[in-house]
Amino acid sequence: MIAFFDTRKNPKLAWVGIALITLALLLLPFAAALVGTAWVRVLNFALLYIMLALGLNIVVGFAGLLDLGYIAFYAVGAYVYALLASPHFGLHWPFWVVLPIGAMVACLFGVLLGAPTLKLRGDYLAIVTLGFGEIIRIFLNNLNTPVNITNGPQGINLIDPFSFGSFSFSRNEKIAGIDFSGPQKYYFLLLAITVLIIVINVRLQNSRLGRAWEAIREDEVAAQAMGINTRNVKLLAFAMGASFAGVAGGMFSATQAFVSPESFGLFESIIVLSMVVLGGMGNIPGVILGAVLLTVFPEFLRYTMEPLQSQLFGRVIVAAETVRLLVFGIALVAVMLYRPAGLWPSEVRKRELTREDNGAAK
Amino acid sequence: MDIFIQQIINGLTLGSIYALVALGYTMVYGIIGLINFAHGEVVMIGAMIVLSVVSGLVGAHLPLPPFLIIFAGLAVAVPACMGIAYAMEKVAYRPLRKAPRLAPLITAIGMSIILQNLAMMIWGRNYLTFPNLIEPQPIAIWGATITDLQIAIILLAALMMAGLVLLVQKTRLGMAMRATAQNPQVAGLMGIDINTVISAAFMIGAALAAVAGLMVMSYYGIAHYYMGFLLGLKAFTAAVLGGIGNLAGAMLGGVLLGIIEALGAGYIGDITGGVLGSNYQDVFAFFVLILVLVFRPSGLLGERIGDRA
Repeated sequence: MIAFFDTRKNPKLAWVGIALITLALLLLPFAAALVGTAWVRVLNFALLYIMLALGLNIVVGFAGLLDLGYIAFYAVGAYVYALLASPHFGLHWPFWVVLPIGAMVACLFGVLLGAPTLKLRGDYLAIVTLGFGEIIRIFLNNLNTPVNITNGPQGINLIDPFSFGSFSFSRNEKIAGIDFSGPQKYYFLLLAITVLIIVINVRLQNSRLGRAWEAIREDEVAAQAMGINTRNVKLLAFAMGASFAGVAGGMFSATQAFVSPESFGLFESIIVLSMVVLGGMGNIPGVILGAVLLTVFPEFLRYTMEPLQSQLFGRVIVAAETVRLLVFGIALVAVMLYRPAGLWPSEVRKRELTREDNGAAK
Repeated sequence: MDIFIQQIINGLTLGSIYALVALGYTMVYGIIGLINFAHGEVVMIGAMIVLSVVSGLVGAHLPLPPFLIIFAGLAVAVPACMGIAYAMEKVAYRPLRKAPRLAPLITAIGMSIILQNLAMMIWGRNYLTFPNLIEPQPIAIWGATITDLQIAIILLAALMMAGLVLLVQKTRLGMAMRATAQNPQVAGLMGIDINTVISAAFMIGAALAAVAGLMVMSYYGIAHYYMGFLLGLKAFTAAVLGGIGNLAGAMLGGVLLGIIEALGAGYIGDITGGVLGSNYQDVFAFFVLILVLVFRPSGLLGERIGDRA
C-alpha cells in the first residue's frame, strides 16, 4: 500500500497511484450525489474531520500530549467566523479574511491553554484540557447576557457562505457544462484545504520540529538533555494543532450556516481523539483513515440499521439512532482489541509493539 | 451567613457522592493507570436498577417498610454493577494491558457509549422520577436547614469510605492491592494474582458507584440515561484534584469539589454583581481544578508522578 506513495523508490507506480486517487477524489462527490445529496454532506464532514484529526494528531500523535478539550479550538474558529460574517453583528467580512483570523484566534487560545499546563504530564494534562474545553463551551452557552455576544444556546444562524465576488459556494451552478450543487462546490474547496493541511503535516513530521515533538513524546527528559527547548516546542504543538482546528471550525460555520454550543461538547472531542487513536496515532495516512471511517460508518449505520431490522425481524425493534451509537461503541472496542496500535500504525509503533521485551514501549 | 452554612451543607452532600464515585476512578487508576471513562455509566446503571426494583416493589403494594424496599433495590443493583464492572474489565481492558496507553482509553470510551445506549434501550430517553418513599424531614441548624436525607447520604458515604480504608489498609486483599499499585511485576513474583486484584478493584469501585447512584437519584429525585456522564466527569475531576491514585486524595477532592461548586453557585452572582449567574457553576469547578494543578501539578495529595507522559 505504502509503495503507491513512494515517489523515490517506485516513481511509476507512485504516479499511477496518485493519479488514480486524484481521479477518484474528483469523481467522488458526483458518485455520492447519485445516492443522495446527504452523502455529499457526509463527504464534506469527513473532510472537516480529517482536518480536525490531523490537527489533534500533532498534539497527541506527534508530541504525545493527551488533549481531551481539542474541540474548543474548533468552536473558537467556528464562532469567530460566525460573528464576523453573519447578520448577528451585521458584519459580513469575506472568508479569506475571516478564516486566517479564526486560525489566529484559535492559535492564541492554544497557547493560552498550553502555557499554564506545560508542567503537567499525562492524565493530569488530559483532565485540564477537558476542563478547558468545557469552560469554553459553557461560556459560549452563557455569553448572551449581560451583553449578547454568542446568542447563547440558540446559536447563530444565517451565517454567510463562502463567496468570491458574485461566485457563492452555496448556490447550484453550471460550470464548464457540469452541474455543481452547493455541497459539491464546498467539497472541492474543502478538498483543496485538506490536501494543503495534509502536505503541511507531512512536511512538519519530517522537519526539525516534528522530530523534536517525537523526541518529547518518547522521553521528555532526554529530549531536554539533547538541547530541545521543550517549553517552546510543546507550545508550538498546541498552537499548530489549535490553528488547524480553527480553520476547520470556520469551514464548518460556513457550510452549516449555523453554529450553536451543542456542536462542541466533550463527546465531539472524544470522537476526534478516537479517530486519531483508532486510525493509528502519529501516522498521517492512518489518522485520515480513522477520520473517514468514523464519519462515514455511523452515517452508513443510520441508513442501514432500520431496513436491516425489518428484513431480519419483520419490524423495527430499536430506533436507528440508538443502534447506530451502540454499534459504534462496539466497533470502537472491537477495533482496539484486535489492533491496539490502530488500524494503520506508524512503522515505529509497529516495531515497538512486536518487540519481545515490553520495556519502554508505551 | 446562613447562606454560607446552607451551601456548605449542600456542598458536603454532593461532595460525599462525588467522593464515592471518585474512589472508583482512583482505585483503578492507581493500579493499572487507566482512566475508566465508563465508571460514570456504572453509577447510572446502579441508579436505574435501584429505580426499577423500587418502582416494582412500590407498585406491588406489599406491606414493606421503605428502608427494606431501598435495601432490596441495592441488593440487586450492587451485585449487578459489580458484574458489569468485572465483565467490562475482562472483555475491554484486560487484553490491552500491554497495549499503547491510549488503546484502553478508547475501549473505555466505547464501553461508555455501549452502556449508555443499552440503558437508553432498556429505560428509555425520558427523565424517570424516583418514588418518594420517605419524605425528607428538614432540620434547622445554625439558621440553615439540613434534611435527614442529606444526613443519611453524608453518614453512609463516610461509613463506606471508612470501610474501604480498612479494607485497603488491614486486609490481605488490601495489601495485595497496594503492592500491585506499586509494582505489578514484583507483586506477581510475590505470589499475588494480579488479575484477581485488578478485578477486585473494579468491583469494589462499582459497588461504591451503585450506592452513589442511589444517593444522587434520591437527592435530585430523578434518573436519566445520561446522568452518569457529567457525574463521572465531576468525580474524575475530583480524583485528579486530590491527586489521582490516592484514596485520601479522592475523598478530599470530592468533598472539596462539592463545596466549591455549592459556594460558587451561591456567591458567583453577588461577587460579579450579577454579571455571571449560577449557570457558570461548572466553570468555577474546572477553573479551580486548573489553578490547583498549575501550582500543584500532581494534585493536592498526589505524589510526584513518573517522568513518562
